[in-house]
Formats: sequence, structure tokens, C-alpha cells
Amino acid sequence: MLARVQLPPAAKRGEVIEVRITIQHPMETGFRYELGGKPIPKNVINRLVARYNGAEIFSAEMGSGIAANPYLSFFTVADASGEFLFEWVDDEGNRGEEHATLTVVA
Amino acid sequence: MSAALLLAVASAASAAEPRKPSPLKSGIEFTGESARSLQSDDFANPGMLWVARGERLWNESAGRGGKSCAGCHGDAAGSMKGVAARYPKVDPGAARLIDLEGRINLCRERSQQAAPLAHESDALLALTAYVAHQSRGMPLAVTVDWQNRADFERGRELYHRRIGQMNLACTHCHDRNWGRNLGPETISQGHGNAFPAYRLEWQSIGSLQRRIRACYYGLRAEMPSYGAKDLLDLELYLAWRAGGLPVETPGVRR
Repeated sequence: MLARVQLPPAAKRGEVIEVRITIQHPMETGFRYELGGKPIPKNVINRLVARYNGAEIFSAEMGSGIAANPYLSFFTVADASGEFLFEWVDDEGNRGEEHATLTVVA
Repeated sequence: MSAALLLAVASAASAAEPRKPSPLKSGIEFTGESARSLQSDDFANPGMLWVARGERLWNESAGRGGKSCAGCHGDAAGSMKGVAARYPKVDPGAARLIDLEGRINLCRERSQQAAPLAHESDALLALTAYVAHQSRGMPLAVTVDWQNRADFERGRELYHRRIGQMNLACTHCHDRNWGRNLGPETISQGHGNAFPAYRLEWQSIGSLQRRIRACYYGLRAEMPSYGAKDLLDLELYLAWRAGGLPVETPGVRR
């Protein structure tokens, strides 16, 4: 699963930064039918977790109401240089992950 | 008498001269504020996911040729700049009109010796979006000359021909009634400069052919299959008609 993560290239220590992620996923609602009339099973990314240097700082539980290719954004405080790791799983059990690094100056 | 007849024929011909809407307005001007802000934000724009995927595919080798797109064309930012603004065009080797998707598939067959990608497959949309994205901001500029004159005239004729149970032609909405409402929607001028575009109704990116087919569906007319000559000729006429509008790929539409 393809995803894009956006962080500021560098931040000052203690600065509040915006973290954004989009994931390519159909987010199939489970309410649709294929042309033959068979229901299409629900398949959405049901959980996403973001970790900052190993500590969980954000998580989301999503359902049928979230549009395809979900876009999430949240704010956090830049404490130290390091890695943001995003992990998610959908109803079919497919897992995805993406990471990004942040440089904190002084 | 023959002179009068000639005059009548001449004036009839000028009445049917192809015309562009004036002023030219991109489809984005007819959408709401939320779609506009989504398109203008390169991170939030969901079409950029396909562009990112296209960039990966550009550098991956494929087929028995073992070549990647980058192997021949190098950095797309330079080699593909302005290319999408000149399509559809007649390919000299194939001697027929092709659009950007068709050109990518010709490259796969000739150089990469790979199977063509299916219409509306994620891979073909991604590559097309990536290539077209390199021309973003550049004005559409197809030329109509002896090579594609017949295709262009056919496209123009199709554009003005009434079809379907609704018995309407493209021109009835997109020339005579743009800017007015059709149910909750505002009718656009029907330009393809943002395609492949992310359509909120589709929850996905889609090609211009898919969008034109959606118009056929709305008119309750029989939809031409993907890659059909009708769709290619219409794409050419639309590209000429939108001449001067900037490429917006990946655009966001309702």
C-alpha cells in the first residue's frame, strides 16, 4: 500500500509541528454491490498508529464513513530528532507502514 | 444562381465552424471551494498518490526488454515536460490517433516488450498521471494538420451529434449552458485539461475516456468501449477546444 507522509524538513526543539499522511486505499464501505448483485465485503483501514521514536503519539480507528485514500493530519511537539513510524491494517489483514525522519535543531 | 448557392454553402460552413467557449474556463472554476483547495494542496490532493506510484513505475524495468521508462527517457521532469499538452496525436509508426495512455502502451510493446496495461488499471493511470503531471501549468496545444484533420472533423461531428434517450449532444450542455445548473451541479465547459483527474464521485483517479463515458451514461446512450475511435476523436476535439488552458493533472473534480 502506497502512502505519503509530510513533515517539516526541520523544526526547533519544542516547536509544534503538523504531521500529515495519505494512504492509497479503496476504503470499501461494505454497502455496495457489484454488477452481479453480490455485496462487496467491507474493507477499510480500521486502525492506524503513529510512533515517534518508538512512543505511540497518535492512533485512529476508522470505519465505513471515511472516504477512499484517507488523509489524516495531527500536531505534535518536536522533542528530538528521530523517526516517525506509521503502521496500519485493513479488514483483509493487509498491513502497511511508512516512515519519515525529523531533524530537530537546538 | 450557382454563385448564390456557393454563398449559401459558404455561410452554412462558417456557422458550423468549430468554436471555443469564450472566455475559456477550466473545470476547476465550476467546482466548490473544497475541491479547489484539495487540488491546490499537493499533499492533500489524492491524485498525487497516483503520481507518486507513477514515479516508481517510471524507474522500474518491465517486460522481456528489461528496460524501464527512465532507461530511454531519463528524468521525466525534463524529457516529459510539455508532452501531455500535445496529445492526442497521430503516432507515425502506428499511423493512427493515440492518446497519452495509448502512447505509454505503445512504448511497452515496442521497447519494453511487455504486455499493454489495461485501461483504467492503477498502473496505467499512475504512469499517465505522472507523465502528464510534468506538463502541469503548460497550455494545451494540439495542432490540427493533414495527419489528424479527419480525426478532428470526426470528433467535432460527434461532439455536435445528438445521442441517447436524452437526445442531447455535448454542445447542448458544454457550449450553450455552461455555468448554469443541472440539478445540484454547475455545468462546466467540458475541458479535459485536468485528466487523469481524481473524481470525488469515483473515489479514485480516472482517465478522460472514463469521464466521457460517464457523459454517455448520463445521456442514456450506448457507451463506446475504452480505446474506441469515437473516444479518441472526441479527446482530440476536446484538446483543441481547450487549447490554451493549463494542464492541471492531477486535477480534483466532483
